[in-house]
Order: sequence, then structure tokens, then C-alpha cells
Amino acid sequence: MVSDQDYSGFRILREGLTGNRGWRPAWRDPDPQHAYDFVIVGGGGHGLATAYYLASQFGEASVAVLEKGWIGGGNVGRNTTIIRSNYLLDGNQPFYEFSLKLWEGLEQDFNYNAMVSQRGVYNIYHSDAQRDAYRRRGNAMILHGADAELLDADQLRAECPFLNFENGRFPLLGALVQRRGGTVRHDAVAWGYARGADRRGVDIIQNCEVTGFRIQNGRCTGVETSRGFIAARKVGCAVAGSSSRVMQAAGLRLPIESHVLQAFVSEGLKPIIPGVVTYGAGHFYISQSDKGGLVFGGDIDMYNSYAQRGNLPVVEDVCEGGMTLMPMVGRARMVRMWGGIMDMSMDGSPIIDRTPIDGLYFNGGWCYGGFKATPASGWCFAHLLATDTPHETAIAYRMDRFRRGAMIDEKGSGAQPNLH
Amino acid sequence: MIIDHPLLGPRDSQEFVLLGDASLLDRPDWQAESADEAFYEYQYLRDNPAGTHRELWYHEMGDRSWLIVTRDTVSHAVLKVELASAVASGRRDR
Ligand SMILES: Cc1cc2nc3c(=O)[nH]c(=O)nc-3n(C[C@H](O)[C@H](O)[C@H](O)COP(=O)(O)OP(=O)(O)OC[C@H]3O[C@@H](n4cnc5c(N)ncnc54)[C@H](O)[C@@H]3O)c2cc1C
Repeated sequence: MVSDQDYSGFRILREGLTGNRGWRPAWRDPDPQHAYDFVIVGGGGHGLATAYYLASQFGEASVAVLEKGWIGGGNVGRNTTIIRSNYLLDGNQPFYEFSLKLWEGLEQDFNYNAMVSQRGVYNIYHSDAQRDAYRRRGNAMILHGADAELLDADQLRAECPFLNFENGRFPLLGALVQRRGGTVRHDAVAWGYARGADRRGVDIIQNCEVTGFRIQNGRCTGVETSRGFIAARKVGCAVAGSSSRVMQAAGLRLPIESHVLQAFVSEGLKPIIPGVVTYGAGHFYISQSDKGGLVFGGDIDMYNSYAQRGNLPVVEDVCEGGMTLMPMVGRARMVRMWGGIMDMSMDGSPIIDRTPIDGLYFNGGWCYGGFKATPASGWCFAHLLATDTPHETAIAYRMDRFRRGAMIDEKGSGAQPNLH
Repeated sequence: MIIDHPLLGPRDSQEFVLLGDASLLDRPDWQAESADEAFYEYQYLRDNPAGTHRELWYHEMGDRSWLIVTRDTVSHAVLKVELASAVASGRRDR
């Protein structure tokens, strides 16, 4: 798809020479129509990606995304932007590797600079047992076509000399590295998918809250919204932390709890951290944004929350993790912190499935790891909506796996969402 | 968050760990016809409300008691704190 509205270096030059009069809004602001073939509830990364792939891969022309606030105001604009495909279990790894491959071609595909940066993800290990577990994980990754490399302490020191190798209690013995992992500008992912979908005819309708579903004879025929009823042949919900609230309107109880996860950014610094580094003896992860700010986070707050803000004990815990791993960050000032509401599932893995109601589909349970999943989640949800069959990489993400005892529990921590 | 412990007074929530929805106290009857379905719902499905939520907290760094904390999940306000044992025995008496 080529048009004079494509973004490129040449376009910037041309616009610069002609007074920048040719730029148009990146997407329209349409009023909702009375009916669509597909209505996607939630204009986060997953909802927008779903609409984009419905239009671009499955040739669907009548699609709307309904967002209660503004697109990118939810978790897609609140996360710490890490992408990776370093899962252990068969149900997960092919899906996340599919996602990473989609990230690799995404910017050309949707003609938007999302600043996909494959700067590497280092998971540090601190004991022999943890090294063995990481080796096993790395092997699982390689078996599913991803890349993985196990570094020993000297190799890690060569790549990340700034780490505190004097840690007596939790020595830094090495790291599992995925070099193709990295970070992506999160807002640009929402904007890129929104623009790409809009250009293919998708209506992106902001300030439009879905308040209920019209269900007749076990079939969903549309949604009630703050801007009136909108009929739809199929409705797909991708509302992340609001999953339980929205699906309750359709009479469904979910295997999900909502929890708050916080993130933090320091003042801008010169480049000091090459990739994403995670501490294996606590919960702390850090990377440096292209603006120079250190972006970091740790555990969820551990209690159910819809507040989009957390409490101080986790702030302290995260900062202690950072100081243990790389004391140099203690000199930097923390300038911003915020929270987002996580749809924590009962086994820590997501759901992309039909519901017991015909015409109503559900995408959720992403926990704190759904950003990296955005492209594959959108693709697989579009596949399910368009063809009524699951995509081959998402066959395990069924709603009934809990009833069948077929959990995908990476950590093996059981049905307690705040432990995943 | 400060949890007003019925025996110990106001304590920092950091001293506690949260298990989850207080409905976990209502273990289904394992001999019932519908035990299969009941245990599936008990174990995996949650109301997950935005607003008032009754939940089980364990005072791990304190007196090791189980509490039922009624809390607002939107404002984080703690509305009521009871000893789980008192609630459970109150039920048994009925
Ligand atoms: C602090 C933090 C750090 C994170 N770090 C990472 C990370 O490093 N890597 C990673 O992979 N993942 C990370 N995540 C997780 C990731 O951000 C989420 O899993 C993912 O963004 C969720 O999907 P989404 O983008 O569609 O959600 P959202 O952007 O939250 O989209 C859901 C949308 O639905 C809308 N909505 C809700 N109710 C309604 C309604 N009734 N009607 C209409 N619209 C509605 C909301 O307004 C929202 O815009 C992090 C999350 C947080 C909060």
C-alpha cells in the first residue's frame, strides 16, 4: 500500500521544501456507524493491532475500535517497553517467538517508526541451580527457533562492567541473553497500529465506553456504548485490566484478578546501560530509553487494584533491587512513576478464545507481559475473529484450560495471580 | 496502606501477604454431586470487583493471624478488618 501520505525520509525533505503543508492527522476521528462486521472493544495495543490485522491480513473492511478514553492511555502507554521471546513452555514460546518475528518487520509493515531496538535482554543468574534452569530455558527457546546464549561471569562482566560483582549473598554468575530481545517505543506502537488500521478503513472511535452487550438467544448482536448502540456481527474484547468489569456485563466470570504494576523513570543520562538487564535474585529490571532516562520496575503491588497508582513499599523494594544490582543508579534522580492495571490470570498466561456467547470473543489475561505480545496477540485474535479457528501459535490459550487442568504456568506457582 | 489489626492496632500492610478473595474461605463440599464444577469455580473464577472487595490477608511478619480485610480496590481505602477465625467460628455457630 503506497500513498502520498507515507512517512519516509524523502517525505520529510519534500514537506520541508514545501512549507510542511502536506501533513494530515495520522488517523480520522469518525462518528460511530450504526453497524459493523467487527467491533473491537478497547483501543490499547492489542485492540488496535487486532483491527489492523483484520484489515491488512484478513481483508475485512467493516471494523471499528471503541476506546473509552484515548488510544494509548492504558497499559500500552504505561509499560516498560521490553520485548523478548524467552519462555519455557510449549504453550507460550511459539507464540512469543511469532510476536518477536512480527516486531522485526513491523515498522516497514505499518510504515511508522516504532523505534524497535534489538539491544538484547540479559537475565542474570546467581546460583548453580538458577544457571541450570536458565540453560534449560535457553534450550527450549532454541528448540522453538528463537535465539539464546548463556554467558558466564567473565563474559557478563565484559558486556556489563557496571554491575556490582561484589555481591556476596547473591553472586553474579552469568546471564541468559536473548540478543534479539530489546525495547520498543510503546506509544508509537499504539499510534502506528492506529494509523495503519485507519488507512485501511478501520474506524477508531475514542471517548466511547462500552457499557453492555446486547445478547439475544445466546448470541451477541452488538454493544451498548456511551455513544449509543452499535450493532456488530462479531465483538472482540481486548480491555486488559478492565477485563472482569467489561465481561461481567455479558454475565461472565473470568479466571482473572486486576493488580497494579508500577514503573519508574530517572532523569536523562548519557548512554550507560546497553540492553535490558534483569536481576535474578529479586525482582528488578532496567533499560535506558533513547531519551536517556533509566526505565525500571519490579514486582506488582500484590493486592487487587483498579487505581492505576501503587504504594511506597514497592517503590522501596524496586529501588533496593536497583541499588543491589548496579549501585551507580543511586546517583540518578527518579523523576516519574506511575501504575497500570494488570489483568493477572490464574496461571500467568493469556487467553485468546471464543466465549460461551456466540459472536463474543475474548482476549486478556496478559499479566505484566502483554506489551511484547502485542503484534502476535493482534494477529491471532484477528485470525480467530475472521476464521473462527485459533491461530496455530495460540491454540493453548483457551478459556477452558483451567477447567481441564491444562494450565500454562511458567513459574509453577498455582492459582494465585499475585505470585505470577 | 495501613491495616487496623483487631488485636494489634494499625500495622503497615508490608507486614502482611495477601492470599486473595475471602470467598476462598467457602470451600465447596467435596462430596456433592456438583463438586467438580464447584471446585473449578472456587479455585479459578473471581468476581474481581472495582470497588468493595473482601480479601484474606495473613500477618506473616506479625502474629501470624489471618484477617479478612474489606478494602476499596479503586481508592485503596481499608474499610473494615476482622479476624478470619472470628468470622469463621461465627459462621459455625449459626
Ligand atoms: C508498569 C507496567 C510495565 C509493563 N512492562 C511491560 C514490559 O516491559 N513488557 C511487556 O511485554 N509488557 C509489559 N507490561 C504489560 C503490558 O503493558 C500489557 O500487558 C498490555 O499493554 C495490555 O494490552 P493493551 O495494550 O491492549 O492494554 P491497554 O492499553 O490497557 O488497553 C485496554 C484499553 O481498553 C480500554 N477500555 C477499558 N474498558 C473499556 C470499555 N468499557 N469500553 C471501551 N474501552 C475500554 C482502556 O481504556 C484501554 O485503553 C507492563 C505494564 C505496566 C502497567
